[in-house]
Amino acid sequence: MSTLSEIARKVQKGEISAEKTVQESLDRVAAAQGLNAYISVLPEYALEKARDLDRRIASGETVGPLAGVPIAIKDNIVVAAGKTTCGSHILENFESPYDATVIGRLLAAGAVPVGKTNLDEFAMGSTSETSAFGAPVNPIDAGITPGGSSGGSAVAVASGTVPVSLGSDTGGSIRQPAACCGIVGMKPTYGRVSRYGLVAYASSLDQIGPFARNVADAALLLNTLAGFDARDNTSSTQVIPDFTSALGGSLKGKTIGIPKEAFGEGLDAGVEASVRAALAACEREGAKIVEIHLPALKFAVAAYYVIATAEASANLSRYDGVRYTHRTSNPKNLMELYSKSRSEGFGAEVKKRILLGTYVLSSGFYDAYYMQAQKARRVLTADFEKAFAQCDVIAMPTMPAPPPKVGDIFKDPMAIYLQDIYTVGVNLAGLPAISLPVASTEGMPVGLQLIGRAFGETELFGIAAGAERSAAGMGAG
Amino acid sequence: MPASSYSVVIGLEVHAQLSTKTKMFCGCRVEFGAEPNTLVCPVCLGFPGTLPVPNARAVESAVMMGLACGANIDPRPMWTRKNYFYPDLPKGYQITQQGGSPIYDRPICTGGHLDIDLDDGTRKRIGLTRIHMEEDAGKLIHDLTVSDSLFDANRCGTPLIEIVSDPDLRTPREAYLYLEKLKQILEYLEICDANMERGNLRCDANISLRTSEDAPFGERIELKNMNSFHNIEKALEAEIELQAGILDAGGIVKRETKRWDVTKGTTIANRSKEDAQDYRYFPEPDLVRLSVTPGDIEAVRGMLPELPEARRYRYVAQYGLPAYDADVLTREKPVSEFFESACAVTGDAPADKKAVSNWVMGEVLRVLKEGNLSIADLKFSALHIGEMVNLIQSGAISGKIAKTVFEHMLAGEGAPADIVKARNLSVINDAFAVEGFIRQVMDANADKVAEYRSGKDKLFGFFVGQVMKVSQGKAGPEQVNALLKDMLAG
Repeated sequence: MSTLSEIARKVQKGEISAEKTVQESLDRVAAAQGLNAYISVLPEYALEKARDLDRRIASGETVGPLAGVPIAIKDNIVVAAGKTTCGSHILENFESPYDATVIGRLLAAGAVPVGKTNLDEFAMGSTSETSAFGAPVNPIDAGITPGGSSGGSAVAVASGTVPVSLGSDTGGSIRQPAACCGIVGMKPTYGRVSRYGLVAYASSLDQIGPFARNVADAALLLNTLAGFDARDNTSSTQVIPDFTSALGGSLKGKTIGIPKEAFGEGLDAGVEASVRAALAACEREGAKIVEIHLPALKFAVAAYYVIATAEASANLSRYDGVRYTHRTSNPKNLMELYSKSRSEGFGAEVKKRILLGTYVLSSGFYDAYYMQAQKARRVLTADFEKAFAQCDVIAMPTMPAPPPKVGDIFKDPMAIYLQDIYTVGVNLAGLPAISLPVASTEGMPVGLQLIGRAFGETELFGIAAGAERSAAGMGAG
Repeated sequence: MPASSYSVVIGLEVHAQLSTKTKMFCGCRVEFGAEPNTLVCPVCLGFPGTLPVPNARAVESAVMMGLACGANIDPRPMWTRKNYFYPDLPKGYQITQQGGSPIYDRPICTGGHLDIDLDDGTRKRIGLTRIHMEEDAGKLIHDLTVSDSLFDANRCGTPLIEIVSDPDLRTPREAYLYLEKLKQILEYLEICDANMERGNLRCDANISLRTSEDAPFGERIELKNMNSFHNIEKALEAEIELQAGILDAGGIVKRETKRWDVTKGTTIANRSKEDAQDYRYFPEPDLVRLSVTPGDIEAVRGMLPELPEARRYRYVAQYGLPAYDADVLTREKPVSEFFESACAVTGDAPADKKAVSNWVMGEVLRVLKEGNLSIADLKFSALHIGEMVNLIQSGAISGKIAKTVFEHMLAGEGAPADIVKARNLSVINDAFAVEGFIRQVMDANADKVAEYRSGKDKLFGFFVGQVMKVSQGKAGPEQVNALLKDMLAG
């Protein structure tokens, strides 16, 4: 399959029509239906957008850098076409009256959304199995989950239906499924990409980011996604550099920090071996590997589940049966309208997290949970800042173990929560991070995670591209 | 123990809707009385994926109110979420500035005060606890013609400031005076339309009784649903009687929320369930913390208009008005602006200003009150009042004719000089004409003339009156006096 820039160049030059490019993508989506990567497909919408592009190209107009690129959109990012379900019965028939800011940016750049991808309900999960519409299937091995929560977006790319897709990452929901499906997934710095139109799970942690088959495509896509948005008060006014500008750079003189705390108890031996081999390859290419410390990493999972659920408990209050959501039939009174609509509409994992979040914010428990979690968040953020005095990027596995097997989440959810250990800290600190596929010793996909300085995406992509090349040198895909 | 022997403690929480053009967190227009659900967008309807963006004008208004009350402006105020379910609250939480922890409780203003003038002429300072910003909810309409409740989201997201007083008020009358003062300042700042009937000013009152000023506070009752300052005063009076009765009987006042029933004239307890709500306040993650720099504060200070207090002093110092006049004229900003516009065209002597003051306080305010009108409804301008005062001061018309001229001004007949001309109302100073009126009167009252000439001086007034009557009020009074004296002397 061609890279993003190749597709766009061919479409811009008229070598291939946008319509054909998009139709082929739609055909692949239809052929891969069994993977359940998509909750809904938008053939008419996509073809209309493609034909419009072709008309503009024919009339000599300049079109954007992603002209004709088919893209899949996680179904918690609103598009003013079709439905946005968030993988939940409660929004089963919800049609958004507006486009998310990222959708507007994609359309302006000439990209064409072809469908909405499957996810854990309201992005709560790391296996995509809490979706109300059934779990997506990992194309590598149907017995392992594709990860989550953006599992559908990862499968959509890994199975070749689209070259790139959008996910959202609150505690690892892009990087982790990328690792599970053997592709690249990237979470930008908090504030880099507008959240307007991303259905909130945990507002202070959520960030939209790209899935791609390689680092270069992810960087190119972020060029289109990133930028200040007056509709998002938390979006950054930092200048947007060309994220592809450092892709060709060497690893020579780059320092990669390895947190001691991430390579200890609880790390699967096979995963460790794969990640260490990838890092050794980087070292051979001239990178310097140093040991660093993130002592507060051990609080990350606990702090994450307190803060994320607290915010979620408020964010999900609007799904109350009064306006656009599922509404129970014949409620006896207002209280029943609320409780029945919500009980019927939400799945078990969402209910669990709403309850947990409500609990940690309740008077009497607030100081012990919410306040402590915020303290842990500050300490962890300071740890990362200190570490970056010694290195350019921090490397660790994306997950401590191979992808969870299908159904495991329902047997021992706590064990799966604990596997978020390497990803959630990045969200708490608001940093950019990328997961790359590395050679696996046991045939299971393994992700190498590289974490950058806040707003240091260009350097992060540069080092990630170097790691990608050195991994390729080892013969990995 | 009668109610009057308890020491009463009252604190007020006032919600003032800011009269900004757009809502607190989106670009929808703020307007009273529009078609239901026409001033809405995905943001104020709480659609999935939407985010709030604070209205800079609303923040400015809150700072303005803080500065006008001498409050401290927080350099880093915080936004928080107040969580509760109600069908008029689309997001299931309200964005406000109250904290779940003291660390997160950072309203835009703390402290400050309002001075109220008590009926005995003394002045009392009422402390403010805080002023914070928040968004309004929508409205539920319980229309009897349909079985379901209806929802109007136009009000959703309208900016509010909540002004919380310290428990410094001691009588319902003080509460009334405090509210008047608060309304006056909001109107002078032009940040709120301050109309309770329209709901852009709403007030809750906390009230408790104790045996003496030194005793610890008693259990408080929160009163809601009072739609006028007078009702608030009445509700507080009723609640004092009620609580005094309970305490007298050895009972205990239970903390609860009550509402004022206008028709029954009593306070009625709400279901106590509401009091048990845990709002789970936490910092609003969709908004970055506000930053109010000293430069921002100075910029707002520069925008502060002259406040009633300062204006009152100026009227006494600059115009030489009595304190009473200055007080009445500055009560409402439009009246005071009207007064000053009228003064702009008159002479500078205190007598000129006092004459304008008399007209505004007398005729103009009477007309407004009788017709339940506002200054804007008048069919004449302030300049017309000034011009009329000039006509009187120059002797062109008498005070009596002026009243007639004023009636024509009310009807919208234009400038007083034009009315005088058109209606032939100017004073007759022509000696020949005035002599004619006097002769007419003397001829008709020959007996009285004889009496006067035999020494009954008191009749002079009678003759003046008769001459004015015959001249239809137009004879110049000085001319009448001089000529009448001459002619009666024979």
